[in-house]
Amino acid sequence: MAAFAAARSSRGVLSAIKASFNTFANVKHGLAVAPIAQSHLLQHARWYSVSHLSVHERIDRKRNAALVGGGQKRIDAQHKRGKLTARERVELLLDPDSFVEYDMFVEHRCSDFGMEEDHNKFPGDSVVTGQGRINGRLVYVFSQRNVLASGVVPQISLIMGPCAGGAVYSPALTDFTFMVKDTSYLFITGPDVVKSVTNEDVTQEELGGAKTHTAVSGVAHRAFENDIDALLNLRDFFNFLPLSNRDPAPVTECQDPSDRLVPGLDTVVPFETTKAYDMLDIIQGVVDEREFFEIMPNYAKNIVVGFARMNGRTVGIVGNQPKVASGCLDINSSVKGARFVRFCDAFNIPIITFVDVPGFLPGTSQEYGGIIRHGAKLLFAFAEATVPKITIITRKAYGGAYDVMSSKHLRGDVNYAWPSAEVAVMGAKGAVQIIFRGKTNQAEQEAEYVEKFANPFPAAVRGFVDDIIVPSTTRKRICRDLEVLASKKQTNPWKKHANIPL
Amino acid sequence: MAAYMITPTLQRVLLSAKHVSFQSRYCVVAGRARYSVVYDASEKVMKTCRKMGIKTVAVHSDVDANAVHVKMADEAVCVGPAPTNRSYLNMDAIMDAIRITGAQAVHPGYGFLSENKEFAKRLAAEDVVFVGPDTHAIHAMGDKIESKLLAKAAKVNVIPGFDGVVENVEDAVKIAGQIGYPVMIKASAGGGGKGMRIAWNDDETREGFRLSSQEAASSFGDDRLLIEKFVDNPRHIEIQVLADKHGNALWLNERECSIQRRNQKVVEEAPSTFLDPDTRRAMGEQAVQLAKAVKYSSAGTVEFLVDSKKNFYFLEMNTRLQVEHPITECITGLDLVQQMIRIAKGFPLVHRQEDIPINGWAIESRVYAEDPYKSFGLPSIGRLSQYQEPISLPNVRVDSGIQEGSDISIYYDPMISKLVTYGATRAEALQKMEDALDHYVIRGVTHNIPLLREIITNPRFISGDITTNFLPEEYPEGFTGHRLTPEGRRELLATAAALYISAQLRSQRFMGNLRVSTTSQEQSQWELQVELEKKSHLVSLSRSGSSFTVEVDGGSVEVSGEWNLASALLPLSINGNPRVLQCLSRDATGQITLQYLGTQFKLRVLSRLAAKLTGHMPEKVPEDTSSILRSPMPGSVVAVSVKPGDMVAEGQEICVIEAMKMQNSLIAARAAKVKSVHCKAGETVGEGDLLVELE
Repeated sequence: MAAFAAARSSRGVLSAIKASFNTFANVKHGLAVAPIAQSHLLQHARWYSVSHLSVHERIDRKRNAALVGGGQKRIDAQHKRGKLTARERVELLLDPDSFVEYDMFVEHRCSDFGMEEDHNKFPGDSVVTGQGRINGRLVYVFSQRNVLASGVVPQISLIMGPCAGGAVYSPALTDFTFMVKDTSYLFITGPDVVKSVTNEDVTQEELGGAKTHTAVSGVAHRAFENDIDALLNLRDFFNFLPLSNRDPAPVTECQDPSDRLVPGLDTVVPFETTKAYDMLDIIQGVVDEREFFEIMPNYAKNIVVGFARMNGRTVGIVGNQPKVASGCLDINSSVKGARFVRFCDAFNIPIITFVDVPGFLPGTSQEYGGIIRHGAKLLFAFAEATVPKITIITRKAYGGAYDVMSSKHLRGDVNYAWPSAEVAVMGAKGAVQIIFRGKTNQAEQEAEYVEKFANPFPAAVRGFVDDIIVPSTTRKRICRDLEVLASKKQTNPWKKHANIPL
Repeated sequence: MAAYMITPTLQRVLLSAKHVSFQSRYCVVAGRARYSVVYDASEKVMKTCRKMGIKTVAVHSDVDANAVHVKMADEAVCVGPAPTNRSYLNMDAIMDAIRITGAQAVHPGYGFLSENKEFAKRLAAEDVVFVGPDTHAIHAMGDKIESKLLAKAAKVNVIPGFDGVVENVEDAVKIAGQIGYPVMIKASAGGGGKGMRIAWNDDETREGFRLSSQEAASSFGDDRLLIEKFVDNPRHIEIQVLADKHGNALWLNERECSIQRRNQKVVEEAPSTFLDPDTRRAMGEQAVQLAKAVKYSSAGTVEFLVDSKKNFYFLEMNTRLQVEHPITECITGLDLVQQMIRIAKGFPLVHRQEDIPINGWAIESRVYAEDPYKSFGLPSIGRLSQYQEPISLPNVRVDSGIQEGSDISIYYDPMISKLVTYGATRAEALQKMEDALDHYVIRGVTHNIPLLREIITNPRFISGDITTNFLPEEYPEGFTGHRLTPEGRRELLATAAALYISAQLRSQRFMGNLRVSTTSQEQSQWELQVELEKKSHLVSLSRSGSSFTVEVDGGSVEVSGEWNLASALLPLSINGNPRVLQCLSRDATGQITLQYLGTQFKLRVLSRLAAKLTGHMPEKVPEDTSSILRSPMPGSVVAVSVKPGDMVAEGQEICVIEAMKMQNSLIAARAAKVKSVHCKAGETVGEGDLLVELE
């Protein structure tokens, strides 16, 4: 299966969605619970496979048996758990009548523990694979790992049930992992093993539920309420993505004027430089129809990443979030940002970066945790990215963190500053304490520093920002620049692959 | 927001009037900040000043630096941080602003220092003109006890009550008993519903006395209270007066302000449907008598309570421009601000009483950042992410001091704007108001447009049969939003389904040469299911161009429009009738929120397949709310009356939250033991923040 999937995708055909549609996985071995009526049906199914029916009839019967899967009882059991069957999921995900199934006749070949018996064999066992369309665009739906295709087609995993052991690396290798709240779990070892090895008491939900992975571990990128919400959101999300690394980012019909002024942006940044505001207010104001598909909204909230459209064209948005930890960069936010930037660069999605960053988070926990190494990932990702890069400094852009956030020094194509921007080594207070250590009239020095550096001019004079723009014109400027940059071609020197600071 | 604008006004006024009696460079206009009441006053004042060739200086708190009135003014001076007592009520800072800018006159707007005699006195001491009445009139009318005595002496009808200050709680109970319940306890200083409570028994008198005196102290710096008879089923009708410094006075007809909640006005109109010419004249003449008795000059308002027999009683006199003054301007054609400035300068009135007409009908809706589903309006805060006023409609006037991006904070009153419509007849003015409310886009804060639109289309309101108890009488269980008729429901369902399909179709249209299936042809028929108010409806659609024919609930609805999914407004033709809806949100899972007839409805549109499978989805258990107390609004905690381990009885006060200067006592929903307390006095809390947990 893996090879099959890889082969398909490496032809560069299409986009793939990897779905952990292991619907029946938690019905262990099936035999113990298989009720009589069902085994009757299945025995019947096995019977004809050795009868003298014509091949055509055998195909039809097999196909019907495959569609029923484990039988109505098992479908009901799945429903009772608040989940849909694999076939129902595929049907909801794809455009009506667009699904073309592969390998419907595959059966498992396990011969241990009575699994070889007829009533434990189902055509199309465990997984449903094939191709279909989402809003008319081709997509592959399948299961299991597909390592080689990373970077070739966008891959999304939707976890809709328990997934444990080595199987968890299948979603881990895809670009995005989404989970269903309360019904899906991901862990290397389950609560029983955890108990026996470390004597920790932990529930499945605490150990590997959607909340854990979207807020604590950062393994999953979004969680949805239930199967239906997840699949419908996946359809929506798919529209942001190009079909492969050779396709441009999609452009959909846009009714939001590209030259729309956004008056609210002129007042969004507070006067006190220490006061927080919500970066999402800026993002939603700027993008088409205020529609922003946020990735990892509950993890490392001091950075905001996600997809939106500008004049119909998909863009990736990265922004510091002043509302959380002043928007500083730390280990988790650097990794979150870096991974997102890498995805955008791999799939021709322009990156818009909104900067309000007071610096990297200081402290032993960060240094011991390797902030240098992890911060370097974000630096590396932005530096290596060859897609169009537009950067808007809304307020603070201090020190090394300024550099990292898609600055001119990292080959930013267009870098703007709002009038409230402060591009400096650090804030006035900290700087004065160092420069004028031991001197008395620090308030005066601070005022001088603010006058000199707490504004966009030093950066503009040096060409580190291309222009100081009126905030309400930001959308208009970005849309215009994206059009200009649509034909951007940039190549990095040949290498087998770069060595990202992992 | 704004507030004090200083304008180099008077000089020009005077010059243009060819009376250069004193040199003035600026006129300070003092209004109130985000008290829209106030700032809109400042704006209005500035507009008029500009018309008169007067330059203006706005004073503002630091959070209001970007406010509209500040932008409109020729100069602006920051007078302090957000809390009003450190900015807009900070007389020293305002006097400094006047000195710095050389302003020679001050227009105080509607609030803050507009009725503060101390302020007027200090201005007089520095030879700065106060655009308003003389100090003694402010003093006399600002004190409710004294004003009543004066009114009595001027042969104005007054309500039976107690002419004196209430000493303490027991005194209050005694006086209330003498007058007879119900009684009204109110702050001797101030107005606007603050520090005002109705008590129906001794216990309520005690509680009302305590809360009102605290509110009075925090809002006006004066905790004196008085008690009077509460007139049941009254109408609130007020007379606008205009008096000059030469002993002339006019009455400019009435404003009907009976639609109130918690003694604050919501919808006002001029004229009143209730007054006959004789009553109007009698009220007008008494108002003028009072103005003359206190040697009043400038614009002022005499408020009356009117009973069903058209007996009227003097309530109080407001010695400032009222929020609702535009409706008087509409029907009389006078610019009250201009009149005020002329009077301040010393000109005599140019109009005579017989010159004052009633032309047409004007309605004003006060658009508040409030949740109307909670006690007809509890304050809400937030950032106005989208904001469009319906000013493109004819005969619609919007006075506001906010703009897209403005923050509605807990520091000021939650008024967003005054929406005024005008028509030749009342019916026409009401129709305009409906249109204006439908076209008003406010996103980011909860607002009271649902309530306003229900009021102006309420049959009892339309008939004119109203009292100040209109809201609790019409909505005894509280306001619940628009009740859909079967036809309305079909329209709403059809619109949601058509919007959903429009969005679906658009999401299949990719520009450029992308590998999109060429075999699939565009669908023109759909079978959907739409959920609304917990009921599912099967819906069939067929499309031709931008027009949908929708079969739903046994009826057929024709709905067409541009289906611009980026626009805040959704102008449609439904069965041939124009109708403007707003799409407030729309997501990938078919959730759509539409504003229809003012009220927001949540719908969910699903394909038949998704709808069939939805039944299998697990139900999420909502949080048990009977044992937790959350803040119903953003504000600050004034007092916490319980600690962990306490037993509380049902209805017992748990804590007091102050928001927008109103104190709200939060009570236990049931008898229980207090498990934990998550707030303490002085803290700021947001809406929905956990305050106290019960066991």
